[in-house]
Amino acid sequence: MLGKLSWAAVPLNQPLPMIASGVVGLTILGVLVLIVLKGWLPYLWRDWITSVDHKHIGIMYTLLAMVMLLRGFADAIMMRSQQALAFRAPGFLPPEHYDQIFSAHGTLMIFFVAMPFVIGLMNFVIPLQLGVRDVAFPTLNSVGFWLTATGALLVNVSLVVGEFARTGWLPYPPLSEIAYSPGVGVDYYLWSLEISGVGTLLSGINLVTTILKMHAPGMTYMRMPMFCWTALASNLLIVAAFPILTATLAMLLLDRYLGFHFFTNEAGGNVMMFMNLIWAWGHPEVYILILPAFGVFSEVIATFSRKPLFGYRSMVAATMIICILAFTVWLHHFFTMGAGADVNAIFGIASMIIAVPTGVKVFNWLFTMYGGRVVFTAPILWSLGFMVTFVIGGMTGVLLAVPPADFMLHNSLFLVAHFHNVIIGGVLFGSFAGYTYWFPKAFGFRLHDGLGKAAFWFWIFGFYFAFMPLYVLGLEGMTRRMQHYDVAEWHPWTLIAAGGAALILCGIGTQIAQLVVSIRHREALRDVTGDPWNGRSLEWATSSPPPAFNFAVLPSIEGEEAYWGIKQRAIRQARLRDEPEYAEIEMPRNSPTGFICAFFASFMGFALIWHIWWLVALGLLGAFATFVVFAWRDEDEYIISADEVARIDRANRRARSEALARLQVTT
Amino acid sequence: MVAGQPVMPIVGVLSDELRKLSMRAKPGEPPDSNGHCPPRPTSARFARHAVILAPLLLAACQPAVLDPKGLVGIADKTILVDSLAIMLAIVVPTILATFGFAWWFRAGNTRAKYLPEFEYSGRIELIVWAIPLLVIILLSGVAWIGSHELDPAQPLASKTPPLEVQVVSLDWKWLFIYPNQRVASVNQLVVPAGVPIHFALTSASVMTAFFIPQLGSMIYTMNGMTTQLNLQADAPGSFHGLASHFSGDGFADMHFEVRAVPAEQFAAWVEATRKTGPTLDAASYTSLAKQSIDAKPFTYRAADPGLFQQVATQQLPPGPGPQTGLPDRTVSPRTEK
Amino acid sequence: MSAFQAAAGRDDPHRIGHGRAPARSISGLAYKRIVVGYGFWIFLLSDIVMFSAFFASYAVLVGNTAGGPSGHDLFDLRNVALETGCLLFSSFTCGIASIGAQRRNGLWFYGAMAVTFLFGAAFLSIELREFVSMAARGAGPTRSAFLSAFFTLVGCHGLHVTCGLLWLLTMMAQVYAKGYRADIMRRVLCFSLFWHALDIIWVGVFTVVYLMGAER
Repeated sequence: MLGKLSWAAVPLNQPLPMIASGVVGLTILGVLVLIVLKGWLPYLWRDWITSVDHKHIGIMYTLLAMVMLLRGFADAIMMRSQQALAFRAPGFLPPEHYDQIFSAHGTLMIFFVAMPFVIGLMNFVIPLQLGVRDVAFPTLNSVGFWLTATGALLVNVSLVVGEFARTGWLPYPPLSEIAYSPGVGVDYYLWSLEISGVGTLLSGINLVTTILKMHAPGMTYMRMPMFCWTALASNLLIVAAFPILTATLAMLLLDRYLGFHFFTNEAGGNVMMFMNLIWAWGHPEVYILILPAFGVFSEVIATFSRKPLFGYRSMVAATMIICILAFTVWLHHFFTMGAGADVNAIFGIASMIIAVPTGVKVFNWLFTMYGGRVVFTAPILWSLGFMVTFVIGGMTGVLLAVPPADFMLHNSLFLVAHFHNVIIGGVLFGSFAGYTYWFPKAFGFRLHDGLGKAAFWFWIFGFYFAFMPLYVLGLEGMTRRMQHYDVAEWHPWTLIAAGGAALILCGIGTQIAQLVVSIRHREALRDVTGDPWNGRSLEWATSSPPPAFNFAVLPSIEGEEAYWGIKQRAIRQARLRDEPEYAEIEMPRNSPTGFICAFFASFMGFALIWHIWWLVALGLLGAFATFVVFAWRDEDEYIISADEVARIDRANRRARSEALARLQVTT
Repeated sequence: MVAGQPVMPIVGVLSDELRKLSMRAKPGEPPDSNGHCPPRPTSARFARHAVILAPLLLAACQPAVLDPKGLVGIADKTILVDSLAIMLAIVVPTILATFGFAWWFRAGNTRAKYLPEFEYSGRIELIVWAIPLLVIILLSGVAWIGSHELDPAQPLASKTPPLEVQVVSLDWKWLFIYPNQRVASVNQLVVPAGVPIHFALTSASVMTAFFIPQLGSMIYTMNGMTTQLNLQADAPGSFHGLASHFSGDGFADMHFEVRAVPAEQFAAWVEATRKTGPTLDAASYTSLAKQSIDAKPFTYRAADPGLFQQVATQQLPPGPGPQTGLPDRTVSPRTEK
Repeated sequence: MSAFQAAAGRDDPHRIGHGRAPARSISGLAYKRIVVGYGFWIFLLSDIVMFSAFFASYAVLVGNTAGGPSGHDLFDLRNVALETGCLLFSSFTCGIASIGAQRRNGLWFYGAMAVTFLFGAAFLSIELREFVSMAARGAGPTRSAFLSAFFTLVGCHGLHVTCGLLWLLTMMAQVYAKGYRADIMRRVLCFSLFWHALDIIWVGVFTVVYLMGAER
């Protein structure tokens, strides 16, 4: 009746997961009780859970990412502690436990922290920067978010019911086949990613269509902000790469569930094919993560250097070159598989070629600062930290792209240090910079800058203390994922690395404090005009937070840096543009489709993992029914009257006039 | 043919000099004759001083990859160091420029020129594209030549005929078969120094990788397939060998000792091995292939030379997976130690 | 420039409608149709990438018959010809149905959709029969890697056809319930794009799998 599920699946005799899930469960319960008691449920349902507004969906993606960052980082602390303690000792995590932790750490960080963070930023910002009202397919956007949340839910449920995969974040067969991993762990992993993969793909289709087909009048492609270009490249990669992941994981699922032989040892299965397929997705994936971060840095550095971005066309070319080349380098993830000298050399050279456009970008950011007036806010600190850190990480990457070097360092802690170097230094720092930069736009008040800077310093020192020792350990021959070891030279470095992790913990704590303090002091940090940073692109033309319709009248674009031109003219003429002719606006209606679909998907995923077939059928039926019900809806838009639009816009114009007047007085 | 010639002689000499220089600093006892550093007490006091001692430790104990004892490892290391040097030539100025530009052009610095319209310069674009391109062209040459000279399957240039060793990775131990000597060992590898060794590798079950950091390149092992590796220990010594690709719960115990001994000692070892221990045939292999963690090293006095082929072609089926679990193997499998 | 043209320019700033007047009103309905079609094309391209992964795995595993039967032993090209005929003809009738919808002609639309359904279902039943007979002969997907790849690739296409048939019925029900409303018409457009794309994939399948496989 309940498949493989029984009470014995709950690890009652293991204190760690029980305490962890107890804490999490109580926290969730507490939050739910608070929401219900304060009467916030209708508001949350109406304005957030069923929202199809890209701004709200972007914020929810970012929130998901940050919560999962805490979970993934908890895994990291456990791993560092284990390795610091387990020199000629068993440590506190037995192998079957440790293996789940590093697998969950990687899976969560890539799929449920990094991806939602960049997708959240892209969702929030892109329609604002393009001067349009929403993305191309708002309801699909909501479905995509909630399916991603389903994936995150399933991974976290594995903590308490059953186990998670013990194969590492990429489940290489034959270890991940049913013969060597007969448990439910790999199934949790597979279904979680298949479901959230659909969500990510929907988001990719949405953003590609939005960026290519929906612009304010006059905004040609070469007038788009740099963030939109990098988002375009990233989403093109999503559309082209995620189907490969879907197919490959499906093949592994067929092997496990129906006894197929894609990757098994017997009956002709081909293990090497999994490597090729999964990395054909895996390498574009890392570019999916880093390109939006590059876009954030382009925006932040230009804004806080008080200069336009240097070499815009070059940057566009470099971005699209990276987009294409991302598909040509996958074999560098398994040079040591023995493909032969010619193949290894070609892929090594291809991997190095990608460093060229990346280097161009770094130099162009440097020359953006050149001749500028750099203001050292928290976002600029993140950007400077990125430039130094990412360049080091990129260097070690090119080093690993030389096959003979890789033969010594593959799969070692050198590799682990390299990819954390580029992902933390690149994706995470970029996400934090973007979070700080666009926070006032989303919520109407800035984040406390002092605490933001403190967090940055904790993070950057923590990063170097945590990962530079790992480079040394890789050179000392220590491979990754070791639950214990008895080589004396390795021990001191693992201790330092654990210290680094503690520093990062302080950084995260500071960021939480920053949020709490900023909310407490939000009146003092209020963004009155909608343009707290003296920005250059269109999102800063709206109020903070923007109204549901973003722009009362779609702006007419006359050059690059659309908003900068408008602003400079207003300052010169000492008055705003004439009040536009307000017309009524149609906006898409909210819909519970996404949430309900994800609800059924969650049950379906859980049921598939535990072989509860009747529940699978029910979930499928429910999901299909949800779509049919949605398709039957007659009213899919609601109207905001011209008067209402006028009222909202006039309030923003008033605030800006006052700011302009103040500016005239001081100059 | 493995030339082992540094691609950039100057850098090669420089790295050698640097190495000799760093060897002079000795905070404590020097490494023993096997190249191993003595174990350090793991007290809290030590941990506190770890940050200060760390660079000194690094100086006293050369990291394995940078202290190779075989010509393949030496060539790998040369390429590593050369590539690093080439890239540092770009990376260091870039980092310095980042600090420099950010500081000089800070908002408070009125001496710096403010160029709010400076967003394009053809000359700068040319340089900015050219520098990475040139560096990459140089490195590509290194990569192409290096990949061909150091292809693991390529036999080493030597007057001595190579020693054949067949390697089978199991869960979770290593089986080494000497087909010509008809002996075998588990979790220990004894080889003659100065003689090239040709490894043929396969896996009994899951994919993993064979790695002796101080001797050179690693290579994957996969069931149903044979991979090739050629290494050589230039001088006698004792080295650490491990599995460098995660293969399951017992992965951390998949390390083995490598002893390179003079040729006569190797012959003597073979003789001694033939006198005692079990025999390796299909039956004993099948029981060895069952999952077990932390196998102690031992030897087989007789090994079936055709066994490796049988494993590599799956005439002997792959090893079994976990047999027990909590509550059962289909929920959360376990392997007893 | 008239107010009409100005408004059209505002809603279609890049003139993707080629400057022609929008179908119904100035509110940008033609614009929406273009965006929806474009987005659906991107989805189809992503689906083709997924099929490429299955094609790639088929190409790699085609020789791994593990001592079992190969394509030469199993494939009956007459069956394949029949399937191809059904699917291609159903694509033709799907096109007729699209035209019927554009002309708001109930007879043509429902009739052509019904014929499309019948031929699609015929395709599926022939394919299912082939699968069942292969499994009965001990050539099921668990026999060898080649067969796993075959069943997955062809079966994935069949699964898409099944979803397409479900969608077809839903579209007929929608048009019946709501008439030829603009958003329903956009969905009919998407459906027909999907159906034609399945045809394209099928051409790939029968070439790579059946025609090339029958020679081995």
